Amino acid sequence: MPTPSTAAPAAHPFRSALARVNFQQYVVYVGFLAIFLFFAIVLRDSGFLSQRNLVNIVLQTAPATIMAIGLVFVLSAGEIDLSFGSIVAVSALCAAMAMAAMPAAAFPLGILAGIGAGLFIGAINGALIAWLRLPSFLVTLATMGLIAGIGRSLTQLRSIPVTDPLFTGIFGSGSLFGVPSLVIWTVVAVAIGHLVYRQTRFGAHVLATGDNARAAQVTGIKVPNIRIMVFMISGGLAGLAGLLYAGRLQAAKYTLGETDLMTVIAAVIVGGTLLNGGKGSIIGALVGSLMMGMLNNGLILMGLSVSDQMIVRGLIILVAVAISLREKSR
Amino acid sequence: MTTQSAPVLALNNIRKTFGGVVAIENFSLDVKAGEIVALVGDNGAGKSTLIKIISGVHAPTSGAIQIDGHEISMSSATKAREHGIEVVYQDLALADQQPVYMNLFLGRELTKGPMGLLDRKSMIEETERLVTELDVRIPSAHATIRDLSGGQRQGIAIARATHWARKLVLLDEPTAALGVAETAKVEKTIAALKSRNIGVLIISHSLDQVFRLSDRICVLRRGNQIGIRETAKTDKNEIVSMITGV
Repeated sequence: MPTPSTAAPAAHPFRSALARVNFQQYVVYVGFLAIFLFFAIVLRDSGFLSQRNLVNIVLQTAPATIMAIGLVFVLSAGEIDLSFGSIVAVSALCAAMAMAAMPAAAFPLGILAGIGAGLFIGAINGALIAWLRLPSFLVTLATMGLIAGIGRSLTQLRSIPVTDPLFTGIFGSGSLFGVPSLVIWTVVAVAIGHLVYRQTRFGAHVLATGDNARAAQVTGIKVPNIRIMVFMISGGLAGLAGLLYAGRLQAAKYTLGETDLMTVIAAVIVGGTLLNGGKGSIIGALVGSLMMGMLNNGLILMGLSVSDQMIVRGLIILVAVAISLREKSR
Repeated sequence: MTTQSAPVLALNNIRKTFGGVVAIENFSLDVKAGEIVALVGDNGAGKSTLIKIISGVHAPTSGAIQIDGHEISMSSATKAREHGIEVVYQDLALADQQPVYMNLFLGRELTKGPMGLLDRKSMIEETERLVTELDVRIPSAHATIRDLSGGQRQGIAIARATHWARKLVLLDEPTAALGVAETAKVEKTIAALKSRNIGVLIISHSLDQVFRLSDRICVLRRGNQIGIRETAKTDKNEIVSMITGV
């Protein structure tokens, strides 16, 4: 074939090299550095660069990072989950109530109740979406409200203390060899998430499902199972995030995770995960999440009022998302 | 008839209705190993429905499907693949944002080690070997599908089917979107399946192509089988009049 074969080598190495550079995946790293440098200079006298403050940023973003990992799987499969923020609160409440009911076996019961609640709600989301083929946006919008309501009625808006020292140590303030447990949770979750996402058949099937569900189906991928699995991953990780909140705050309340929805979605999108499936990055989501945490922290240190913080944060998210989405539709 | 000489695919009195509408009526066809059979007919004649039945997407309302002389129930696309049947769909069924090698191994990814991690290296090597063998010119096995031309995509879809097929390849309009040179290459690949003793059932609107490639031609009109002709013993006029019914 004379025409394409002479044209192809001339045009394609350059184009594919460009495609492989993939600017969208670097937006988050560039943004991270830019914001870091900005705060490092502007806030050099306010302790932004102190080790304590930097570690604090990682600690505060740990639950959001864990949720972000789940969302990468859901978005990559071509779905969306709006309910994980509500799952965080209900999981934390279930864990706290289980521990209060049976203090003798508090630690294992707390984990079981918290993660179990997340997995269970995720499975319901997934089953409705995979088997009844309802749009995930609507299903999880509904369950978001439903679960938030259940969280409020479980405890009549009261918060439940979490006192088990083993639990608050492992999920909160403890540390191992001087490394805070929340940092360990973040590293472990990102490492496992990345491995499953990039190096297993399951990860490949998630991407194929989000990319072209019909192609996935005709090549033998069990698309409904993949859909249910990603919602269970998202729910289970939201449950873990709930345990981390409960451990760190030593209490569970219906407001936990309430404000994380926008932050986590922004972190994941900025981190290079496509909204309509087929492509994503766990590492990008981690950096995106750290970037959001840093932004929060820096704006507070700058002394902005809560309303000003919201405005600035919203604007920065808008710019970051716009840049990463524009690169994608190249 | 022994198992060896049994056709790779035998359809007996296949009938398919959707609600009250008859899509396929009493359709019978054999495809032998190493034979290329063309399925022709006007739009809505039932060609695609037939492909979907053979590939396990639709179950026939009645009738039997045999593979190598064994009657099978084709409940799903996965089942069809287990029987060695591969399909090149009209829309190609490729995952556009994934690399070429992941598409060739879609649903059948190679793994290594006790943890069953993806063996990208082997998949890439196998892909490079395959595209060279089939002369599909792509920048690399890492290239993303959406960065490829129509001909290259078609080449990948056909490479995937021929790589995995053991018995039969179904092709639904494999060259509809291609230029002259690309069409010639695809036809060469299809013809090469003969030497591997794989049966081919091809849907095509191009009678020129049908006469270039096929051993036999099966004509469908409004779900009815009008007839089967040996390509060498018929001509375009006869086939056209069978298709149109004039």
